[in-house]
Amino acid sequence: MEMHLLAIDWMLFAEKLVLIAIIIFASLGIALYTTFAERKVAAILQDRPGPNRAGPFGLLQPFADGLKLIMKEEIIPNHANKWLFILGPGLAMTAALMTCAVIPWGDKVVLFGRNIALQIADVNIGILYVFAVVSLGVYGIMIGGWASNNKFSLMAALRGASQAISYELAMGLSLIALLMLTGTLQLGEIVKQQMQAGHYWNIVYQPLGFLIFIICAFAECNRTPFDLPESENELNMGFHQEYSSMKLGFYLFSEYVNMFISSVIMATLFFGGYDVPFFDEAAHANWGNWLALIGVASIMIKAVIFIFIFMWVRWTIPRFRYDQLMNLGWKKLVPLALINMLITGAVILYFNK
Amino acid sequence: MQALTTRAKAVDRRPMTFLERLYLWNILKGMLITFSHIFKKQPTIQYPEQKRPFSPVFRGLHVLNRDEEGRERCTACGLCAVACPAEAITMEAAERLPGEENLYREEKYAARYEINMLRCIFCGLCEEACPKDAIYLSETFAPASFTRQSFIYGKPDLLIPDPKTQPAELAAAKGLS
Ligand code: SF4
Ligand code: SF4
Repeated sequence: MEMHLLAIDWMLFAEKLVLIAIIIFASLGIALYTTFAERKVAAILQDRPGPNRAGPFGLLQPFADGLKLIMKEEIIPNHANKWLFILGPGLAMTAALMTCAVIPWGDKVVLFGRNIALQIADVNIGILYVFAVVSLGVYGIMIGGWASNNKFSLMAALRGASQAISYELAMGLSLIALLMLTGTLQLGEIVKQQMQAGHYWNIVYQPLGFLIFIICAFAECNRTPFDLPESENELNMGFHQEYSSMKLGFYLFSEYVNMFISSVIMATLFFGGYDVPFFDEAAHANWGNWLALIGVASIMIKAVIFIFIFMWVRWTIPRFRYDQLMNLGWKKLVPLALINMLITGAVILYFNK
Repeated sequence: MQALTTRAKAVDRRPMTFLERLYLWNILKGMLITFSHIFKKQPTIQYPEQKRPFSPVFRGLHVLNRDEEGRERCTACGLCAVACPAEAITMEAAERLPGEENLYREEKYAARYEINMLRCIFCGLCEEACPKDAIYLSETFAPASFTRQSFIYGKPDLLIPDPKTQPAELAAAKGLS
């Protein structure tokens, strides 16, 4: 293709724009139905039928919930810092959605004679980007809790911040072991490595790393058993106590988006991303676009299984106490992650000698 | 110390074992328990479509009775109001005038008779106190409403249909038709 140095490839631009729109709307739609799934899963685990009135099988329930939230009065407390109060939920939502930029959703598809990669940006520091953006998410909680000008919210915000920082550490350490294996930070590359023949998914090489990662993911998403920032019984709703209407909706919603994104990231890093198990993609290269679609379906199914595990855990175990949370994070997970790192390093050295 | 029940268990204060301190094993056990509940039968009754039958001694909304000729039985003696522990009943008595014998069974009758269903605890003591078989508790309950005023049931709400002039309504109210 003839191209000048500074010429913008408008087609690429348009293609990425469409991809971004699709992925963001898909994430939002999935998060919408995750709220519904959560209620259904909770109900079924508790021998109840769950919401079943709005539409067939209650399928319109999330829209009814959304409509209800939008219709509610927007209340900004007198003593709240108005701008930060509005910024909080916006930031939480933005941070939750930004992560999906680097996730490889599938292989290439060929449309209108163009090779379109199903990934918004395959940056070579993919994982670092994910970490950076996920850490931004805690600002949403911090700012919201502080701007509410309410002691409970402030307490919850402090809890949320310290929890996120503590668990990010163990999460990062558990990932370092994985990165020592893959030798790259690029998510697309990590998936391709797992797809190679004779190479298993990373979970086989890093079971302990995955365990630490999933525990930390629970903490990062503020899900039970680590939902201390919004513990209803001690802090009555925590950081979003003063929020109403769609601002509250954004906070609640960002939790589900976060959950979806962490599920996808776990699937990408440890479970082969868009790889279909026991199926040789390279041998069926003539399937073309269908192959890519099967890949997308595969990563989605993996994500759904993880989301179910998130919910299953939530409706099984009670919340940790705050000191237990900190003990678990600093005294168990961090040393465990360090040991895992050492063992991985030793094994790599042994095989490479 | 003597245990109060046979099911009492002493609290185990031993320090947690290594397996317990890992949490994971116990969490997994709990998750298996919740998972098994997916296959359990749901006891839910889908209310407006499915209704659970009331027991024959169910105490629901009150009705004021009439005799076979359609005359009101209540004589406004006030015994129900006295018996009521919730003080839910008020009434005003009036004397039966000549020519009203087909309306009221006794010489005195209740011109106004009100039960506040928000106060009522549906104990059935009014039913037991009545010497004239005039008040009974039926097998329905008060429907939801937006105003408190609508829970004060007057005579028109309480009286059963007249067996002489409205036999069809009476049969419907008894659930016979
Ligand atoms: S049922 Fe009990 S509480 Fe209700 S009106 Fe009769 S006596 Fe009073
Ligand atoms: S309902 Fe019975 S107890 Fe009550 S005033 Fe009438 S006759 Fe007396």
